[in-house]
Amino acid sequence: MPPEPLVWQIATVSAIRGETERASSFTLSLPAWRPHRAGQHYDVRLTAADGYQAQRSYSIASPPAHTGVVDLTIERIPDGEVSPYFHDVLEVGDLVEVRGPIGGYFVWEPALGGPLLLVAGGSGVVPLMAMIRQRAAAGDTTPTTLLYSARDVDDLIYRDELDALAGDGLRVLPTLTRAHPPGWTGYARRVDEPMLAEVLAALGPDPLVYACGPTLLVETVAAGLVNLGVPPDRVRTERFGPSN
Amino acid sequence: MGDRFVSRGFVGRRPDSGGDTASRIPPGQYLTDDFPVLSAGPTPRIPLDTWEFTIDGLVSQPVRWSWAEFQALPAREWTVDISCVTKWTKLDTRWRGVSIDDLLAAADLDPRAQFLVAHSYGGYTTNLPLGEALNGQAFVAYEYGGAPLEPAHGGPARLVVPHLYLWKSAKWVRGLHLVERDEPGFWESLGYHNRGDPWREERYSGD
Repeated sequence: MPPEPLVWQIATVSAIRGETERASSFTLSLPAWRPHRAGQHYDVRLTAADGYQAQRSYSIASPPAHTGVVDLTIERIPDGEVSPYFHDVLEVGDLVEVRGPIGGYFVWEPALGGPLLLVAGGSGVVPLMAMIRQRAAAGDTTPTTLLYSARDVDDLIYRDELDALAGDGLRVLPTLTRAHPPGWTGYARRVDEPMLAEVLAALGPDPLVYACGPTLLVETVAAGLVNLGVPPDRVRTERFGPSN
Repeated sequence: MGDRFVSRGFVGRRPDSGGDTASRIPPGQYLTDDFPVLSAGPTPRIPLDTWEFTIDGLVSQPVRWSWAEFQALPAREWTVDISCVTKWTKLDTRWRGVSIDDLLAAADLDPRAQFLVAHSYGGYTTNLPLGEALNGQAFVAYEYGGAPLEPAHGGPARLVVPHLYLWKSAKWVRGLHLVERDEPGFWESLGYHNRGDPWREERYSGD
């Protein structure tokens, strides 16, 4: 039973939306769209006139309920090769070569249940947002907490949408590591084990955990949760340096 | 050239010319000096006094080594280029460990054995035909860059199969299971290629 190959296809950029100063969402219309699972990614391949190519992987931000398109939210890495092309060159109507969806472990759907603990660092929130959006689109009420580490309040991607979705069993807990506005009552430090203990206590035992972000954050979260008694096989991780 | 898609306005950032660097980077990969960490779950912490490594399955003599016994096996150094399916390639990585040839020699293979499945602490598995593992092509490493292998990079010991994408180089490896028929491992069962040759860009099933 040879699997169906993941073929490259030419997508059209149908919308570009600025999310933060450094992150934007690119809506790609796909001629051969396939349903994806929240948490999966697409590969992007850029080709120069002389044939030189560069590839990167970017997480899907949109839920599978959005047929025919995927949103990729991409952070601009200043010394990167592919992300600056998206931010500085690509315009609505441009074509970009992609294939996907890819990845079969760092995925969640309502049937997997919860309670669900999502921990994000920076643009690591993107695949987790697909999960939150799918949960909302399906009317699912799995108790869910998003613990989201960012430098400051302006660096929180999807901030308004997360504010709007909170409730119905979804808690959104930003933690700001560099600066916070006057009167900020949320967490204001890097994720650590005491913070994880508080979040766990409120969420209930044996959550299903998805942690995505820079290696240091994910290592802290995964090791911390195991220390706190979460079974290792309930903790799924996606670790990256910035995908440039 | 005629029908090839060209990304409007894309120039790209080529590896520095000079030397053979560019020719050592497989298609679709970029060069990094970092050593990124990618794994599907928490990093297992395995105390050396309970660590063990086993060879079983289609062997006439299953073998089990403690950490001290494993350290006493004939070791050598490798300097190899490694490529991760997440697109990074790192050149000239330096490892110390024991070749798969030397490990399997201790177990006396059953002639029916054609494949091995590497098992790791934490539950990870990956599969290899013996033909991809023997003749010095693969080893179990416990030192990287002259120091004990860090847990995040697979320590105490990891399999290293430098000519295949790095998911074949199972971190936290605890044993090799010899089988007659191929048994896809963790990522091989989740949409990734069964072989994973970076030079053929065998990233995903069907590539």
